[in-house]
Amino acid sequence: MANTTSNQPSVAQIWEWLDAVPDPEIPVISLVDLGIVRDVEWSDDGLIVTLTPTYSGCPATSIIRLDVETALASHGVERVEIKTQIAPPWTTDWLSEKGRARLEEYGIAPPSPAGGPDHCPRCGSPDVTRVSQFGSTPCKAHWRCNSCLEPFDYFKCI
Amino acid sequence: MAREAAFYEFLLRMGDNTLILGHRVSEWCGHAPVLEEDIALANTALDLIGQTQMWLGLAAEVQGAGKTADDLAFLRDAWDFRNLLLVEMPNGDFGQTLMRQFLFDAWHVLQLRALTASSDARVAAIAAKSVKEATYHLERSAETVVGLGDGTAESHARMQAALDYLYPYVGEMFLSDAVDAALVEAGIAPDPASLRADYDDTLARVLGEATLTLPEARRARGGGRDGKMHTEHLGHLLTTMQWMQRAYPGATW
Repeated sequence: MANTTSNQPSVAQIWEWLDAVPDPEIPVISLVDLGIVRDVEWSDDGLIVTLTPTYSGCPATSIIRLDVETALASHGVERVEIKTQIAPPWTTDWLSEKGRARLEEYGIAPPSPAGGPDHCPRCGSPDVTRVSQFGSTPCKAHWRCNSCLEPFDYFKCI
Repeated sequence: MAREAAFYEFLLRMGDNTLILGHRVSEWCGHAPVLEEDIALANTALDLIGQTQMWLGLAAEVQGAGKTADDLAFLRDAWDFRNLLLVEMPNGDFGQTLMRQFLFDAWHVLQLRALTASSDARVAAIAAKSVKEATYHLERSAETVVGLGDGTAESHARMQAALDYLYPYVGEMFLSDAVDAALVEAGIAPDPASLRADYDDTLARVLGEATLTLPEARRARGGGRDGKMHTEHLGHLLTTMQWMQRAYPGATW
């Protein structure tokens, strides 16, 4: 066994490492910020990381698995099993506060229960219009600010 | 009908609907009238293909013959498919594509909502995941049907023609057979007919707002969900979708 009880990193340490793995499509937030890491636990055979997909067809899913394995391997954790769990289904409620703030800073309006952003993430104007329910990735919609005229992404609320 | 066999058929019905419609919608990729619509259609197709992986993945597991979702998608022939005829109908113009999407989404949301209460935990989990996406699809397809139906004289006429063309295929969603009876008995899926009233309500509301007229109800055109008689369109679709596996058997990415 690669990791004996005496030298295996703690679960809290693993969470910290995973919090440094960026989302492949929105690299300003981490996988932990995105709320897709559901569980981390040690078993007799190594580490088990349970992930949940955001959208069922999200093409980033396989890259995310690879990124998790690579990141953990770089910290010496070689025996990793990645499990996929679809229930309960992922919700934008699981986005961390830190993740929301980073999205906004980056120019992506964070999800809002109102069904749309209440201001432009660039200039702050409340005068915004939806261009399309869909955007550059499955998790985003396309909006535009009527004040600064910039288009921007809105992280859909599901 | 034996429960396992019925369950497998049911999973094919769910997965083939999303697979065939997902493929159809993806045919628009790079061809839609404007960029935003192209992206929206590609996103919808992506969700449907993702759902297919879950349904056909479970179908392969239940079948227990060592197959994968990909085997079921790419190595079956037209007569093995169990999708509704509606979803294999050609895209036509943009209006016809969105009308087909709306007629499907309105049923899909009701079906998935009912399935979240399935006695089979795997089915309930896939349904809970998919219903969020389907709800979003319905929001958009309904809005577009209203926008185009209650639009210009040209768009109105095209939407009415699309509705007249597609509506005969709606009835198939509510037919039931021995497969459905076995699933209802096991508490896995709802009786298809039980969804009809809510479906008709959605149609009446949206089509009313779209100023479109529902054609007179005709006999339901079936044969897709039981695989007895698909339209000629399915075979043409499969020649494109399955070409790689047919030309290079066993090829992997």
